[in-house]
Amino acid sequence: MQSFISAKNLSKSYGDTLALDDVSFQVYPNEIVGFIGPDGSGKSTLFQILTTLLIPDSGSATIAGFDTGRDFPKIRSSIGYMPGRFSLYPDLSVEENLRFFANIFGSSIEENYEMIKGVYTLLAPFAKRKAGALSGGMKQKLALCCALIHKPLVLFLDEPTTGVDAVSRTEFWDNLVQIRDGGIPIVVSTPYMDEATRCDRVAMIYGGKIMQMDTPEYIIANYQGSLLAIRTQERYLAKQLLSQIKGIDSVFTFGDAIHISLPERTEPIIDEIDAVLQRELSSTYSITEILPNFEDCFLQFMRQKSHE
Amino acid sequence: MNDAIISANKLTRIFGNFTAVDGISFEVYKGEVFGFLGANGAGKTTAMRILCGLLSPSSGSASVCGYDVYRQSEQIKMNIGYMSQRFSLFDDLSVWDNISFYAGIYQMTSAQIKQAGTKILHELELDTYKRRLVGSLPLGWKQKLAFAIAIIHRPQLVFLDEPTGGVDPITRRAFWDMIYQAAAEGITVFVTTHYLDEAEYCDRISIMVKGKIGALGTPKELKAAYHTDSIYNVILSLARGDES
Repeated sequence: MQSFISAKNLSKSYGDTLALDDVSFQVYPNEIVGFIGPDGSGKSTLFQILTTLLIPDSGSATIAGFDTGRDFPKIRSSIGYMPGRFSLYPDLSVEENLRFFANIFGSSIEENYEMIKGVYTLLAPFAKRKAGALSGGMKQKLALCCALIHKPLVLFLDEPTTGVDAVSRTEFWDNLVQIRDGGIPIVVSTPYMDEATRCDRVAMIYGGKIMQMDTPEYIIANYQGSLLAIRTQERYLAKQLLSQIKGIDSVFTFGDAIHISLPERTEPIIDEIDAVLQRELSSTYSITEILPNFEDCFLQFMRQKSHE
Repeated sequence: MNDAIISANKLTRIFGNFTAVDGISFEVYKGEVFGFLGANGAGKTTAMRILCGLLSPSSGSASVCGYDVYRQSEQIKMNIGYMSQRFSLFDDLSVWDNISFYAGIYQMTSAQIKQAGTKILHELELDTYKRRLVGSLPLGWKQKLAFAIAIIHRPQLVFLDEPTGGVDPITRRAFWDMIYQAAAEGITVFVTTHYLDEAEYCDRISIMVKGKIGALGTPKELKAAYHTDSIYNVILSLARGDES
């Protein structure tokens, strides 16, 4: 399949800081590609280069065949971009913001209403409210509408769900899936590991580099080693005890459990874990073998990278 | 053990014809890690601003660290620590200047500032970064520094407003180790988060829904009450119940 976005060897430094380090990838039509990584990993720099707002130090990128350097006016008029920080006009109403963004792209709300219908239905009751007075989740929905109203060929969403509550995030992703199914590829970044599984492919980005890029299913299936979950009321004591056992790769808290990563599942190590917990904890506990989630995979990649 | 450090009774705040906080009553006990959850726009920030002494309630009452939110807001401010995700440190000041600025606000003496500041630099392994501008530090370091500064005056209670937003998964866990350490030293922690795994790290959580407290209890109690194994499902049930 012909790629829709192609990035080759992109690098960008700010002074001594290498923000983006030789990044190459492709995005195909009809897919949601997620760039997952913490703040400062290079996500926003990458988005600014792809949206022609920043020129890379080296490397190149094309969108729909247009070069981000030479053909920037063509790219700007045909993409939808939602920057990381809320960038609508707080003193304009919901409807006025939308009309403004439609007009600067030479379009109108009426012409492309079908594009935003799914999301806008939720916003319509607040049409007259000033954008600055909306809640976080509603602001994000409005920003998405504003990025969509000119019927772009592709959507770039830079951390659209940061600071958004869990239920609103789920709704927001339901919207993204609908938009993709309507034929618009989406490039999205997020610091939330749980959103990875909503993407068709994800790139794990850290320290300006893509550590791995694949389907979330593949990344999870290729977790190295085996994973145990320990549940106990004495979580912090258990965590300290487990950190001292040799032969364990890592010990991390995960909600109501502790996840232990083992190079491989062997009876002696599990017996030892059981013996230590049996001896030191005063309450009941459980040990279960579990499948990793995306955050487990990301933690493993970060660990491997820091050992390099 | 059940000494209340925060005690709110029918606390209400109205903006124009919008009731942001609608008669909430709850207590936070000394020494606990209390998670304050809820959807965007549910009223968390307004409630938190009242409890920090930054906003007067429209009706109802509340006391924080034994002080009344109507009449003693200045005393409240001196006895609490506060840290937010959006604004907590000055990017254009050095690490040390940020430390001494905040410590100065809390009227610590030069000797106290020197001692407490040196301890922070040492614990966070920032000794060689003392003169660095805070703006040049990675976000994870900034957040840890901001937290250390928020409790430099050893307050009885600290408010953390989405302290781990956008932070990488390893630093997020390191941050929670700091929270536990503070709690072990006797500081009560009041924290908001949108990471639901972090809700599980709290002793008790409350979930705000449209200005009211929809549920309150230990994570285990709430999951049992809503017959589910995840806090997400508890929140979803509350949100749905609200719509129907």
